[in-house]
Amino acid sequence: MMASHSHLRRGFTGTGWFVILVVLAGLHFMPWVMPEHVHIMIMTLLFAAMGQGWNILGGYVGQFSFGHSVFFGMGAYTSTLLYIHAGLTPWVGMVCACAMGMVLGLSIGFLSFRYGLRGPFFALIMLAFAEIFHMIAMGWPAVGASHGLLIPLKGNSVAALQFTTKEPFYFMALWMMVGTLYLAWRLERTRTGLYFLAVREDHEAAEALGVNTFRAQMVAMALSAGITSTAGTLYAQYLLYIDPDSTFGLLNSVEIMVRPIIGGPGTVLGPLLGSAVLTPLAEVTRLAFQSYSGVYLMWYGLILMVVIIFLPNGLMGLIYQLIEKIRKKSKRNDE
Amino acid sequence: MLTFVIQSLVNGILIGGVYSLIAIGLTLIFGVMNIINFAHGALMMLGVFFTYWLFTLGHVDPYLSILFVVPSMFLVGAVFQWSLIRPIMNAPEHNQLFLTLGAMLFLQNLAVFLWSPDYRIMKTPYSGVNFYVGEIALSLAHLMAFGMAILFAAILYLILHKTDLGRAIRAASEERTGAMLMGVNIKRIYWVAFGMGTACAGVAGTAITPFFPIYPYVGDIFVLTAYVVVVLGGLGSVFGAFLGGIIIGVADSVGAMLLPGSMKSIMSFVIFILILLFRPKGLFGK
Repeated sequence: MMASHSHLRRGFTGTGWFVILVVLAGLHFMPWVMPEHVHIMIMTLLFAAMGQGWNILGGYVGQFSFGHSVFFGMGAYTSTLLYIHAGLTPWVGMVCACAMGMVLGLSIGFLSFRYGLRGPFFALIMLAFAEIFHMIAMGWPAVGASHGLLIPLKGNSVAALQFTTKEPFYFMALWMMVGTLYLAWRLERTRTGLYFLAVREDHEAAEALGVNTFRAQMVAMALSAGITSTAGTLYAQYLLYIDPDSTFGLLNSVEIMVRPIIGGPGTVLGPLLGSAVLTPLAEVTRLAFQSYSGVYLMWYGLILMVVIIFLPNGLMGLIYQLIEKIRKKSKRNDE
Repeated sequence: MLTFVIQSLVNGILIGGVYSLIAIGLTLIFGVMNIINFAHGALMMLGVFFTYWLFTLGHVDPYLSILFVVPSMFLVGAVFQWSLIRPIMNAPEHNQLFLTLGAMLFLQNLAVFLWSPDYRIMKTPYSGVNFYVGEIALSLAHLMAFGMAILFAAILYLILHKTDLGRAIRAASEERTGAMLMGVNIKRIYWVAFGMGTACAGVAGTAITPFFPIYPYVGDIFVLTAYVVVVLGGLGSVFGAFLGGIIIGVADSVGAMLLPGSMKSIMSFVIFILILLFRPKGLFGK
């Protein structure tokens, strides 16, 4: 899917790591640089992290999920229910959420991959699972039914993972994004990561060469589901309110998948780039056209169509093309 | 109790006809182009709104508006294929999937922008008219919807089996390269099939207007069910789509009897998952 970018597979040099550390440190000051945009930045980072989760399965293994909201919802509901009914701190709840997401992902994965579902069929089965969970959440009074769940307010409480300011959530979203970014970057350099690509590029050939394609897909599924459900907990704690539509809804699946697709599926930076473009755009249009709730989704649709037709490898593909061009030019100048 | 069961079965069969028609459009497009069209529901919604505006502004009878909806939706579908799908026909399969997803988002939310997300009701002379067979109520609007679905499925069947164009479409969906070698103009077949599939969605849209609320996301419910139907009947099989629609209509109404309202479609989604896993070719697929 991606053009060859083997030159990027190498590790970084000392200077490279230094630059990365400086950028990372700099990002920690952003809430004070742009205090009025902290919400947008949190959303950008959170959806970049989830986009990376989707990307591991969709971009690297080539199994496109149209129902990742099922993991998001699973995460949000697990930690919230554990907190409301058992008083379990969301910090532990988050771990449980991640575990539940993984179990769910592995169960769906076991069924789907065992029976060799691929392409549109896998997309549809994920959609079906998300819809089933959506309907259960809508109809089951014990989980709040269509009214959703309110997380009891505790003010500023580290133990309850609640803060009256936005900065702590910014840091958590940032670290989570950085963590997923590092995971994807590491994956690209491992044998498992190579298996992922082999499965994506040619399933049969990979199998014939002895790659355990089932196992590779299961690993990707577990990582992908775990990341997305952990983000679900963070989202629930940030907004302190969840309902079936905003968690298990079809639209949430779209929100999760559209960023890596536009940014460039199967690239480390794609999800972040996609999120950095789409999230602020969505938030700004939402504010500008308050009475027209759907306008930002119109933009999503339009951008998605334009990117698919003109930039089949996403925004990252465009960037790689530009880098190649500059390289060639500088090479020519050297000669 | 028995009356209640028969009543919901009848309702299931009648609405199943609408599912069938939407699914036939979807399966026709899939058969020829191997594309699962996520924008199908949004295109159906356009049909709904065409009928709605003709009725509200022009006082055109909803069933008469078919005469306008069919050609205009055919055109919309053909233009859609020609301008958006054609450029990426050779791209990887998933890009075509994402493109139709983008089109869905764009069309639905354009409708929200233009016509607001509010629910509207079309008060036609047909709404609320019921016939009684014993204690079973038959709603006129549902009967008409079912009748229209049968009629258009039959017309489509005749086109596919009795005309040269239909033979070319079937040939293209069975063996693309072979059809091309036999001199079928495959590019024309693509947009014609897409137009016909979209027209099916449009007619289904018109058929539900007298008894269903009208809003920009109306297509979602029907098209999600239509995916289930298409997979059940076997992707690409028109006959399978028709029968699948009736089966899912009944399954939904059985679900509605046994489960709380918001969960009634769980039944059909469980069937969907089982079919995907154990018989991805569908019940009638080859």
